[in-house]
Amino acid sequence: MNDRTHTVFASTADRLSAVLSGAVRRLSVILWRKPGLGAGLLLAPPLGWFLLIYIAALAALFISAFWTTDSFTGEIDRTWTLSNFQAILGSETYRLIAIRTIFMAAAVTITDIILAFPFAYFMVRLASQRQRVALFTLVLVPLWSSYLARVYAWRLIFANEGVLNWILHGLGFQSVEIGYTNWAMWIVFSYIWLPFTIMPIYAALERIPYSLFEASQDLGAKAWRTFFKVILPLSMPGVVAGSIFSFSLTLGDYITPVLVGGPGSDFIGNVVYANVGIANNVPFAAAYASIPLVVMGLYLMAARRSGAFDVM
Amino acid sequence: METKLARIALAAWVVFVLAFLFVPIILIFVYAFNASNIQSWPISGLSLRWFVSAWGNQEIRTALGLSLKAGLLATSVAVFLGSSAAFAVHRFDFFGKETVSFMVVLPIALPGIITGMALNSFFVFWGLGLSFWTIVIGHATFCIVIVYNNVIARLRRVPRSLEEASMDLGADAWQTFRRITLPMISTSLVAGALLAFALSFDEVIVTTFTAGAQNTLPLWIFGAIRLGQRLPEVNVVVLFVMALTFVPVLLAYKLTNQAGPMVK
Repeated sequence: MNDRTHTVFASTADRLSAVLSGAVRRLSVILWRKPGLGAGLLLAPPLGWFLLIYIAALAALFISAFWTTDSFTGEIDRTWTLSNFQAILGSETYRLIAIRTIFMAAAVTITDIILAFPFAYFMVRLASQRQRVALFTLVLVPLWSSYLARVYAWRLIFANEGVLNWILHGLGFQSVEIGYTNWAMWIVFSYIWLPFTIMPIYAALERIPYSLFEASQDLGAKAWRTFFKVILPLSMPGVVAGSIFSFSLTLGDYITPVLVGGPGSDFIGNVVYANVGIANNVPFAAAYASIPLVVMGLYLMAARRSGAFDVM
Repeated sequence: METKLARIALAAWVVFVLAFLFVPIILIFVYAFNASNIQSWPISGLSLRWFVSAWGNQEIRTALGLSLKAGLLATSVAVFLGSSAAFAVHRFDFFGKETVSFMVVLPIALPGIITGMALNSFFVFWGLGLSFWTIVIGHATFCIVIVYNNVIARLRRVPRSLEEASMDLGADAWQTFRRITLPMISTSLVAGALLAFALSFDEVIVTTFTAGAQNTLPLWIFGAIRLGQRLPEVNVVVLFVMALTFVPVLLAYKLTNQAGPMVK
């Protein structure tokens, strides 16, 4: 490259960059004067994605709950009807499955709160700084560990020749057949979602100013009174936030029932999945899935009021 | 405030919960090295043979490749969409602003089957056959919130005055973004991306609704466990998945904590 072309090249580059930076500058000015435009540009892609792919689909799905599928052709018949809901309410099996799912979700949530609260309390109040960091990391490990791996581990534990029976034998007890029962599901669900419950409770407890503990004591409250009148109410948003996870995740699960539940342990999710995939009856699946949706919707609205979203 | 007895009881509780949390994870480690193909305790001996056998399994390799590719693509989409949503919500006031943070969290706050079904019916409605791309779209949708939460948390801690100073000194919007904003939020972007990848790499429920004939690694594991096939290899793969999700999470955790005092 000789000098001349080099100069030409350089000056073109200069001019180009001048034009570009001028454009950028003009654009910044426009965006500065019209913040609405900037917000629109930033917001359009994520909003479009959500509204088109997710929210619209969600809405369409629950409209289809009022349609039916022709059992011969498999075509969707778009006549408004409540027949799906009638079929669900009228069937002993479907009622039982819905009750089992919701009951299990509630049981798991309560178990996890009982396990998590003292743990989080210890982290905030009694642990040293180093212990706290260590415990925090130790909760993070299972929280992010593979879901399937952790469910699978319990299959190994519950197996006939597994760890549980080995321990029971060692202690001189008879072996138990706990695998593939509702008890197994209860233990596994509680196990899987426990870290998700600990984290928000910890976050909420950590926010309580130390002075409140002292004030309560100075005013003569006994330890239990301080706990029930000060700590528990103030940590409620965390408890509720934690319960959203354990409750919703249990409600929407169908993998754990397949892997550790017995033959009669179907969840709402199992029915929904079978109707979407195998039976190809999306309207019925949608109607059935509206049960957890409505339950969760009410739950989230109540949770929002308690300030749970601030500690999530 | 706590009595001595209460302290001891609480400490014992912590030990119990930790044991509950970690015994199953430790077992996964031990079983991966099981020499026998029978899953019983105590294991009969230690061996690496199932590592070799899993590595040689073509199905596992294909599934792993698919999971990595889907995870990377979904993460890229989530980083782009999640951070622009975070910027929009943090920088501007607009009607329905509250709704945005509520909306992005929906795919993981609602039960998994509902998110899965909604996406499934979207694809069916538009006649998009279930494929690799539908997996990516599904994963991106529930990963957005992870990036969004990380970035917005950082933006809230970064003082706006630095950017104003940059503009006052004559930098244009792009220069300010490139030299001031981006360096300040970069670790939160990386942390968000790592967590999003970890979430995508391990997801089963939504994936079963959005995958066609393809198997991601978790789908392969799920199928194998359900059918009781190739369990010794499952032990190895499960350990591998656990290790691979854990590395990005630990990195993300480090990044978020390091950045803490710097931008406070």
